Amino acid sequence: MGIISRAFHGRPREPDAKLPPGQYLVHDFPVLSAGPTPRVPLDRWEFSIDTAEGPVHRWSWEEFLALPQETPTVDLHCVTKWSKFGTGWKGVSLDVLMEDVESAAEYALAYSYGGYTTNLPLEDLLDGKAWVVHEFDGEELEPPHGGPARLLVPHLYLWKSAKWIKGIRLLNEDWPGFWETAGYHNYGDPWREQRYDGD
Amino acid sequence: MIKRLAWRVATLESARQETPTAKTLVLDVPGWPGHLPGQHVDVRLTAPDGYSTQRSYSIANASAGDRLELTVQTVDDGEVSPYLTDVLEPGDQIELRGPVGGWFVWRPHSSPPVLLIGGGSGIVPLMAMVRSRGKADTPFRLLYSLRDPGQLFYADELEKVKAGVEVAYLYTRIAPPDAGRAAGRLQTADLIAYGWPPETGPDVFVCGPTGFVESAADLLTALGHDPAKIRTERFGPTGG
Repeated sequence: MGIISRAFHGRPREPDAKLPPGQYLVHDFPVLSAGPTPRVPLDRWEFSIDTAEGPVHRWSWEEFLALPQETPTVDLHCVTKWSKFGTGWKGVSLDVLMEDVESAAEYALAYSYGGYTTNLPLEDLLDGKAWVVHEFDGEELEPPHGGPARLLVPHLYLWKSAKWIKGIRLLNEDWPGFWETAGYHNYGDPWREQRYDGD
Repeated sequence: MIKRLAWRVATLESARQETPTAKTLVLDVPGWPGHLPGQHVDVRLTAPDGYSTQRSYSIANASAGDRLELTVQTVDDGEVSPYLTDVLEPGDQIELRGPVGGWFVWRPHSSPPVLLIGGGSGIVPLMAMVRSRGKADTPFRLLYSLRDPGQLFYADELEKVKAGVEVAYLYTRIAPPDAGRAAGRLQTADLIAYGWPPETGPDVFVCGPTGFVESAADLLTALGHDPAKIRTERFGPTGG
């Protein structure tokens, strides 16, 4: 425990087991991005799984929508301290997208329209832990929140859930992404409060 | 092995009222490692029962030894900001760690012209950039969007800002008679009148509420600014 702040009591609260350390609950949906919001026309949108040698799989928007869809309801935790409970999404599980992929890769780099990147161990994308989603709350995903489609990896801080996703590259070596090379933690587990380098 | 960013004890030395609802806290932070303009800190408050909560605040001053300045806007129903602006007194201590953020920063040795676009309290990290410019040759232009003259932060200092920094005030609701511009939101015409043309390749920093940043960044890219040179920092409607 840190030093006590004189005359600080905080909000009336119940201990909430769903709230990771250092987080507070919000009911709206804040937006955080490092640059302008890219606009991606659906007729030019595509999503790829690739390796350093080239694409393995590629889907157009229609092909992507034709894949089996899931509707996960998950809690979100942003490194800027807000958490939002029970958010409803619609999209395709990475297990479906990776189904026919044979690879010895251990790492993944998600990359986006607009140039954003973020890295994760490949296993964090599999076994029902990650989706590429295109609907939020029953509505098509708005561009400021990552539309047409974003990655959703709710067990890690939200910067890992790359907005405007364009593809996932499978790598044999870990390749730190945008925030990971700008002082943020390489893995980003909210329950271990891995916000910054060295946490 | 990277060392964990440590929590430090900061002591309030003094505070300056910027507006009726915003205060600059002048803190003494022994061992502060220094910072780049645009970076922020995490502040942690702890109650006697062990409950603690954290928020992020942009740093307002240029790096200066153990001295750190944060300008905090009071969020009406906030948990932390009303404490910082209304309860904290000189001599009181809080905890903070940082500096944090390696993207929304201006590095004083970079040479392209700089375009700063701030909305409301989004001026804070931009002011740190203005204050860090010092005697650098890099020309700055600051577009400061605010509701009315009563919301102006750093009024005296911006009034006296040195050659090489041009400041345009864009009032959105109530403009003073001598403003030279009708009250209204940031428009393309403002970017043309007070900004840098895209051909000059400026480094652009936009900070403010989400709607403001979204709109400003869209107008900039439509004008032909390179999206890769537009850095944004958004304050959600929450926080506090």
